[in-house]
Amino acid sequence: MIEVSHLTKRYGDHTAVDDLSFHIEKGQIYGLLGPNGAGKSTTMNIMTGCLAATAGQVTVGGWDIFEDAAKAKKLLGYLPERPPLYLDRTPQEYLTFVGRAKGLSPRQLEAQLCYVMEVTRTADVAHRLIKNLSKGYQQRVGIAQALLGDPEVIILDEPTVGLDPKQIIEIRSLIQTLGRDRTVILSSHILSEVQAVCQTILILSKGKLVACDTPENLERRFAGTTTVALTAQAGTEEVRRLLAFLPGASQLTFQPVGEDKCQVTLETDWDEDVLCRDIFFLFSRAQLPLLRLTTARAGLEEIFLELTRDTADPLSAPEEEAVQGEADTRETPGEEEDAE
Amino acid sequence: MKAVFRHELASYFTGMAGYVFGAFLLLFAGIYTVVINVQSGLANFAYVFSNMSFLFLIIVPILTMGAVAEEKRQKTDQLLYSLPLTMTGVTLGKYAALLVVFLLPTGILCLYPLVLSAFGSIYGPLTIGTAVGFFFLGAALLAVGLFLSSITESQGVAAGLCFVVLLVNYFLSDLSDYFSNSAGAAFWTLTVLVVLVGVVFRLMTGSRLVSLALAGVLEALLLVLYVVRGEDFSLILPAMTSGLSLFERFYPFVDGVFDLTSIVYFLTVIGIFLFLSVQSLEKRRWSA
Repeated sequence: MIEVSHLTKRYGDHTAVDDLSFHIEKGQIYGLLGPNGAGKSTTMNIMTGCLAATAGQVTVGGWDIFEDAAKAKKLLGYLPERPPLYLDRTPQEYLTFVGRAKGLSPRQLEAQLCYVMEVTRTADVAHRLIKNLSKGYQQRVGIAQALLGDPEVIILDEPTVGLDPKQIIEIRSLIQTLGRDRTVILSSHILSEVQAVCQTILILSKGKLVACDTPENLERRFAGTTTVALTAQAGTEEVRRLLAFLPGASQLTFQPVGEDKCQVTLETDWDEDVLCRDIFFLFSRAQLPLLRLTTARAGLEEIFLELTRDTADPLSAPEEEAVQGEADTRETPGEEEDAE
Repeated sequence: MKAVFRHELASYFTGMAGYVFGAFLLLFAGIYTVVINVQSGLANFAYVFSNMSFLFLIIVPILTMGAVAEEKRQKTDQLLYSLPLTMTGVTLGKYAALLVVFLLPTGILCLYPLVLSAFGSIYGPLTIGTAVGFFFLGAALLAVGLFLSSITESQGVAAGLCFVVLLVNYFLSDLSDYFSNSAGAAFWTLTVLVVLVGVVFRLMTGSRLVSLALAGVLEALLLVLYVVRGEDFSLILPAMTSGLSLFERFYPFVDGVFDLTSIVYFLTVIGIFLFLSVQSLEKRRWSA
C-alpha cells in the first residue's frame, strides 16, 4: 500500500531521517515507535506530502506522493501532531470544507459527514466553535477530518498526546475500530500504546529503522532468555548442589535470605514451563519446600530501550533533548496513563 | 480552489474582518461624497474614488494580514498540504475570496453616482472608468498584501510590512523628485538592489555559493552596461520609481483617460505576486 524507499531528510547539518525504507501492507495497524526526535513526525510529514524529502521516494497505492500528489493524497487521511483546526469555525463547517477540498460531491459529503461524526462521536458538538471544545473533542474532530473521503490509509501522529486517561482509552478503541477495514499508521513514543493497538511495530531511532515486526516476534527475537527467580527454604549450599543437576540453566546467582532461606535467579533459553516443572520436581524429590517460583521474560520495554540506545549518538544527545524539551512536558499525561 | 474560496469567504463573514472592511470603505465613501459632491457641489464622482485610494494603505493590510500568516501560525497549513489541493489552487482561492470581499462594498459604492445623478449631471463614462481603475488598483494591492502575508508567520508583522510597502509605494512618485538624476547614483542604487537580490536569494535557498554567483553575474552585467551605455543610466532612477508606483497608474483614470496599459500593468502585478505567493507556500514544504 505504501512504499517508503531510501528516505532522507536533512535540516542543515542535522539528519532527521536517514536512508529509511519500509513497506506498509493493506489492512493492518502499524505503530511507528521511537523516542522523541527519532524522526517519526518528519517521516509522517513526508509520507503525506506535507514535507519534501532531501532524497528518496514515497509511493501510496503506486502513486508518487510528489509527482502524482492529488491521486496519492486521495488515498490518505492525515492527522498531524497538532490537529490542524480552524478554531473559529464549527466542526460542521470545518469538516464541510475538508470534504469539499477532498473533492466529495454534495451528496457524498452529506453521507460522509454523518458517518465520520458518528464514528468519532462528534455529532453532539457539531455546531459549537472548535476553540471552545475540549482537547479530546478537538482531537476527534482532527481524526474525523482524516476519515473524510474514506481513505484507505489513515496516518495519525501521536493521536493520544495531551489527552486524559479516559480519552486515551476512547481514542485507542476508535483506532482499533478503524483498523478493521483500513490501514492505520500511528506514531507514538509510548510503548504500551503501540503494543496495545498495533499489529506491526516499526521502531525508529535517530532517523533509522532499527526493527520492524509484530510485538510477539520482537519479544521472541530479542528476548530469547527468560529469567527465573525462586526462593526455597534451604541452605545456600544445599540449593547449589541440587541445581547443579538442572539442565538448560545459566547465570545462576545465589543469595541467602534470613536464617534458613535462599533466593536464586537464573536465566534460560528453554521453554519456561518445562524448566519450572523440572525445578518443582527437583525440590519435591529432595523434600525441600519451594516457597516462590516466578518467571520474567524481557519485555518490549527493554527491547525498545536496548534498540534505541544502540543507535543513539552520545554526542548529539543533549541537543536533541533540548529541542524536545517542550514536547516532553506536554506528553506527561500520556506517560502517567502508561504507568497505570 | 473552489473549496478554499468558499471556506475563506465564509471566514471573512463569520468573523469581523469582512464587515469591518466594508463598513470602513463605505464610511469614508460617504464622507467624501458629502464633502466633494454635496457640499462643494462638484459633479464628478471620480474625485471620490481618487481620494479614497489613500484608504488602501489601511484596509489592505488589515484584510490580507491573516490570509496565509494565520494558517502558518495555527499550523492549519499542514492540512492544506496534506489535502489533494495544489498550492496554486489554494492561493487563487484565497485571492478570489479577497476580491469578493473587496468587490461587495465597491459595488455598493458604485450606486452612489446613480443616486447623485438624480440631482445633477454626472458624467457616466468617466465614473465607470474610474471605478474600474479603482477596482484594479485595489486588486493589485491585495495581491501584494497576500504575498507579504505568505512570507511571515505573524499577522502583525504581515500587516506592518504591508503598510510600509504600500506607504512607500504611495509616496514613491513624490519621492522620485528628490532622487539624483546622475548616472553614478543610478549605478550605485542598482548595485544595492543587486546585493539585496543576493541576500533574498540566500535567505530563500540557503545556498551561499549560488546567491554569491547570482549577485556577481548581475553586478558584472550592470558594470558592462554602465561602461557601454553610461549616459542612459541617468534616466533609470526616475523611470524606475514612477514605474513602480501602483497609485501613479490609477490617476490617469481619474483624469478621464481609460488607460489600457495601466490595466495590463495591474494584471501583471497581480500575476507576479500571486506567483510569488504560490512559491512562498511551496517553499515551506522544503524548509519547514
